[in-house]
Amino acid sequence: MSIAINRDKCIGCGRCTQACPGSLIGMSQGKAVMRYPEECWGCTACLKECPVHAVRLFLGADIGGGGTLLHTERQGEILRWIFERPDGTVQEIPIDTRESNKY
Amino acid sequence: METVRLNTDILVIGGGTAGCWAAITIAEQSGLDVLICEKAGIKRSGCLAAGVNALNAYITEGKTPQDYADYCEKDAAGIVRGDLLLTMSERLNSVTEKLERLGLVILKDEQGRYAARGDRNIKINGENIKPLIAQEVRRHSQISVLEHVDITDLETSSGRASGAYGFGIEDGTFYAISAKAVIIATGGAAGLYRPNNPGFSKHKMWYPPFNTGAGYAMGILHGAEMTTFEMRFIALRCKDTIAPTGTLAQGAGAKQINALGEVYEQKYGLTTSERVYGTVMENLAGRGPCYLRTKGISREKAQSLEKAYLNMAPSQTLKWLESGVPVEEQDVEIEGTEPYIVGGHTASGFWVDTARMTTIPGLFAAGDVSGGAPQKYVTGALAEGEIAGESAVRYAEKLIPEPLPEESVQAHINETEGFLSGRKSLYTAPQLEEAMQTVMDKYAGGIGASYRFTEAQLDIADRRIAQLFELSGQLSADSPRELLRIYELRERLVVCRSVIAHLRARQETRWHCFAENLDWPERNDRDWRKYVNSRLENGKIRVIFRELISGGETYEHSDKQG
Ligand SMILES: Cc1cc2nc3c(=O)[nH]c(=O)nc-3n(C[C@H](O)[C@H](O)[C@H](O)COP(=O)(O)OP(=O)(O)OC[C@H]3O[C@@H](n4cnc5c(N)ncnc54)[C@H](O)[C@@H]3O)c2cc1C
Ligand code: SF4
Ligand code: SF4
Repeated sequence: MSIAINRDKCIGCGRCTQACPGSLIGMSQGKAVMRYPEECWGCTACLKECPVHAVRLFLGADIGGGGTLLHTERQGEILRWIFERPDGTVQEIPIDTRESNKY
Repeated sequence: METVRLNTDILVIGGGTAGCWAAITIAEQSGLDVLICEKAGIKRSGCLAAGVNALNAYITEGKTPQDYADYCEKDAAGIVRGDLLLTMSERLNSVTEKLERLGLVILKDEQGRYAARGDRNIKINGENIKPLIAQEVRRHSQISVLEHVDITDLETSSGRASGAYGFGIEDGTFYAISAKAVIIATGGAAGLYRPNNPGFSKHKMWYPPFNTGAGYAMGILHGAEMTTFEMRFIALRCKDTIAPTGTLAQGAGAKQINALGEVYEQKYGLTTSERVYGTVMENLAGRGPCYLRTKGISREKAQSLEKAYLNMAPSQTLKWLESGVPVEEQDVEIEGTEPYIVGGHTASGFWVDTARMTTIPGLFAAGDVSGGAPQKYVTGALAEGEIAGESAVRYAEKLIPEPLPEESVQAHINETEGFLSGRKSLYTAPQLEEAMQTVMDKYAGGIGASYRFTEAQLDIADRRIAQLFELSGQLSADSPRELLRIYELRERLVVCRSVIAHLRARQETRWHCFAENLDWPERNDRDWRKYVNSRLENGKIRVIFRELISGGETYEHSDKQG
């Protein structure tokens, strides 16, 4: 369980570092860096904070990860969860944040 | 080391669920200043970071607060504080309504009533619950928030809690904070035991790995009385992702089945601990792995589940997609987690009076750090935050501030500087953490021991943990962020010793798995319907037994012991 940060996309705003409940992300040369890849809880706070969608979550291979990367994009009331598979296919699950869980 | 001194009326340690709510309560009900010190950022810190699935504690139509308290008492086999459960339950619905006013989406039926999930839960979209609470905190000018500051110790030398010490995780600034009253709301303790996935995904655990039991540890070291640490919490969770199972079991009606496809839950009982126990027993009998039966649900239901998990435990949805098999064509494998100490699920924590004051005058506790009231969940943590906030106001209003003793400030600076001095240390904090988790796993009833232990094993565990604590005093950090690791390790080690002492003290098996004592395998109602409490005195843990306190009573601290 961890995150991958795309250095090229990162604009160094620091929001992910501010949000992580474990203070796992640091800044180096104006870019965010994951300081403790093995200590990620997988809460997705950093994904949701990033204004340029530079942060991706993945499952460790030890818990069934197969290389899929997850990130979120917000459009008004819709939170889009976007899964990019290693073969290049993309799946999206949009969630209307005004809707309650059914279960 | 740069030192910053701050004064406030009420200091709140931990800006999580209960801490934020306590601060809001104080701002609404008094003119006092509040300072929240939070080791992360309040927008997404603590248990609520990823969101929650439902509000698990709500008094549904036709039920009373006493019904909720009775349910909790039964689930915990009687070892609860009736006064705490009742006063908490009385506020569950009002805090829920307030959450809705803050913007939380709650499902309603045609009559405009909250739609219930079973007897006690209501359905929500809890993804943004923490940002909503944090936003409300920011609205109050009386509340100041100090983020990314780890609190390492309390000040109690005057006989009451008069402040705390901490350091900035990024910049290393040392903080000495004086206050008229202190509310501790640091949550429970995870990472004491070897986790389910000890390798790369070691922090993919259920309880936040960043809640390290700091509040318990500070209280223990200052001689506060603690209760029921032997009632560990072990959750039944989705394998690998350790995501909650309530959505599948209570929400979608999925049954627990073994590898043969037999529904086994009836065989062992339906309390929280019995559900875990049944799963352990089925595995030991060679009928594992166990699952929640989701095969055959409709596609529509499957899609709802994918969304529900994204709103609370996104890794489970990711895991489903990674498996390449649609949700409705597979069962979800389940397993027990490593044991946690969590006063919001079981009854471990600070021993408090009905007003939520600990045995240290001026120190109040709320949420997972506070004992005696299991099954608090989100709304119970808020209710306790409210009660603790009100009590702290009454306490602080009468007091004049008292400066921190200079020698104590200096001693705390010296301790912190010691760890940062660049001295050579043979071991590192992660190494000692691994050692601690291995010891707890093997000798104090971890996953590897099927949660079972003997007194002889506990004796070994106690010696080893004491030795690790000694070693931790020599550790060295090259940055404030690394210093955090040292403090987190030391907090966990302090909590471990109390857990071991409590497990040893209760000579029965009242809760399977939570405290599975092989030397005393039976439940013994004649001798053990009482609380096991403890206090650190002159470096030794003294166990104290106290008589049960029921619902209608008000409990005040006194030296009388049961
Ligand atoms: C994954 C998960 C899912 C859950 N799902 C549900 C659900 O669906 N429904 C439900 O009703 N309940 C649910 N719960 C339970 C509920 O969320 C908790 O019981 C409740 O939020 C606990 O509140 P708290 O204030 O005690 O702890 P937290 O909210 O965790 O707050 C503790 C805070 O203290 C901070 N802190 C810790 N140590 C220090 C220190 N030394 N210095 C400064 N700050 C510190 C932490 O960073 C954190 O912000 C869930 C819990 C978890 C973990
Ligand atoms: S997923 Fe959560 S724990 Fe992991 S890096 Fe992001 S914010 Fe931190
Ligand atoms: S939030 Fe995104 S852009 Fe901002 S620092 Fe983090 S990764 Fe970079």
